[in-house]
Amino acid sequence: MTTEQRQFNASMRFLHWLMAAMVLTMLGIGVAMVASISDYHRLVSIHRPLGILILILVVIRFVNRRFSSLPPFPASMSSQERFVASASEILLYALLFVQPLVGWGMLSAARYPIVLFGSVHLPPILPHSVMLYAVLRRTHTVLAYLLFLTFIAHFGAILFHTLIVRDGMFSRMAPWRVRAS
Amino acid sequence: MPTDSTSPTKTQPAPLTGGSALVRLGGIGIVLLSVAGAFLYLGGWFTPNALTPARFADEFERVDGIYSGFRRNHAKGVCVSGFFESNGQGERLSKAAVFRTGRVRVIGRFSLSGGDPYVADAPDTVRGLGLLFWLPDGEEWRTAMINLPVFPVNTPQGFFDRLVATQPDAKTHKPDPEKMAAFLASHPETVEAVKIIKSHAVSSGFDNSGYNGLNAFRFIDAGGKSIPVRWALVPVQPFEAASTTGTAQGDKNYLFYGLIVSILQHPLQWHLIITLGQPGDPTDDASVPWPEGRDQMDVGTLTLDSVESEETSPARDINFDPLVLPAGITPSDDPLLSARSAVYSQSFTRRAGEKKEPSAITPSDVRK
Ligand code: HEM
Ligand code: HEM
Repeated sequence: MTTEQRQFNASMRFLHWLMAAMVLTMLGIGVAMVASISDYHRLVSIHRPLGILILILVVIRFVNRRFSSLPPFPASMSSQERFVASASEILLYALLFVQPLVGWGMLSAARYPIVLFGSVHLPPILPHSVMLYAVLRRTHTVLAYLLFLTFIAHFGAILFHTLIVRDGMFSRMAPWRVRAS
Repeated sequence: MPTDSTSPTKTQPAPLTGGSALVRLGGIGIVLLSVAGAFLYLGGWFTPNALTPARFADEFERVDGIYSGFRRNHAKGVCVSGFFESNGQGERLSKAAVFRTGRVRVIGRFSLSGGDPYVADAPDTVRGLGLLFWLPDGEEWRTAMINLPVFPVNTPQGFFDRLVATQPDAKTHKPDPEKMAAFLASHPETVEAVKIIKSHAVSSGFDNSGYNGLNAFRFIDAGGKSIPVRWALVPVQPFEAASTTGTAQGDKNYLFYGLIVSILQHPLQWHLIITLGQPGDPTDDASVPWPEGRDQMDVGTLTLDSVESEETSPARDINFDPLVLPAGITPSDDPLLSARSAVYSQSFTRRAGEKKEPSAITPSDVRK
């Protein structure tokens, strides 16, 4: 590589923003549906297929990342910051992978059909056990709030770097192409 | 993770002055708080008085108490299994695989309404039947029906308020008749429904009862055409009126024991009757019957040939959520449907994690 890479490549940026929108939507739908009487059914019918789509996309995204070259950390980041940034990234990937699996698993343990749309449904991945369902159902809530907190930390760190340190952190993942200066 | 090599220093913008850095920091704080606030708002944190599935379940618990491991409503029950034999008639109306000619396996649960799993059987207590049809392609159809001809309320709020009106008074431990009177005064639909309910004779047992879906649904045929329907199970067992002195039958489980005896003697059967709605028939009001003379179609026969205690049956651990539907059946605009799905899920989640206490009808009760 001759010119220094400043941005994540186009496919990574596309997946990032697509999934960011989907995950925030899922978190919002999730907390809204369990508090709703009149929209419960409509929302849960979107929640299941959208969650499974996230599971598929996170796998694609992870593989895509393994085969892409990444821009280096900006010089403005200390080694501790780099560690925290990497750790929170691992946490986000892990949550995006585990959370939909927990959703699928808990519905399996409760012996619900896992309907995506129409007659399309997934097979159960766990045996029928309501105790197991109860644990996974609680886990799904805990992971959802953890995911939300991790997102807030991630978002806050990017805003801090972009607006206060002003090291152009945002442009690394900007949806548009940023030319090297 | 990004590689550890640092990018060469580029021209950095001039550092911010302390003041403008603070302003920006404050701005970031506001953005993050707004996002968190929006999340909590969606989750209902700022609207504690809104009717939620959790508040519904709390109210059931306040009225009847908490019985570890039991359903918050229709708590007393016994489980059954058998099959549904479709005659193929329904295929014209719905593409659901359950209506193709042939048999599908069924499990179910007979129940009495109310949150007390040890309540004494009585003729006027609402009888329920939850059913799960296993369709050949892995789809499921679940439905929970009762023996009333119409439902006493037509909105979730109405159901909730009626429940509150039946809550036992702290001192007398009995429902306050004035509260019920006040409820009825503001719910004419309930007054009308109760008249219809009172005019229907109650049968002597679970086996010769009819069971009605009450809520409207829509059937979708292979061409995508949709029509409003209601369904009901009509017993093959001949009607016999309930004796007016139910408890004189001697045993607090007499209805359930009667069901067990009768199912062990011979399989019990019901016709599944679909009533076809016409334009203008209310699909959003389970408290009013559709006009007389609507087309009805017998789409097949349900046979229940085996009975089990809740303690040994997988049906105890099933949520008979009326919105678990196969392709070919969709919800109508009845507001009770989404409410039922939401509250059943809440009740199911609560009981799922609790220790399971013995049921009123034990495994030894159902042995020959
Ligand atoms: C990244 C993916 C997902 C996210 C962020 C997510 C988020 C959430 C949230 C925030 C809740 C509400 C938790 C609460 O307040 O108790 C929830 C509940 C739920 N989720 Fe997910 N979820 C995801 C994937 C899935 C998947 C794949 C399924 C099933 C296939 C699923 C099924 C459910 C169900 C059934 C409920 C609860 C409904 C009830 O209790 O009545 N979720 N989810
Ligand atoms: C908004 C209105 C309603 C509410 C809030 C409500 C609430 C409940 C709850 C909390 C359960 C226990 C669920 C479980 O833990 O699995 C239940 C069970 C049941 N309900 Fe309802 N219900 C409503 C309307 C109806 C209607 C309209 C019918 C009949 C057409 C009905 C028939 C039944 C039956 C048969 C069961 C027992 C099912 C079983 O054996 O699991 N309910 N209901």
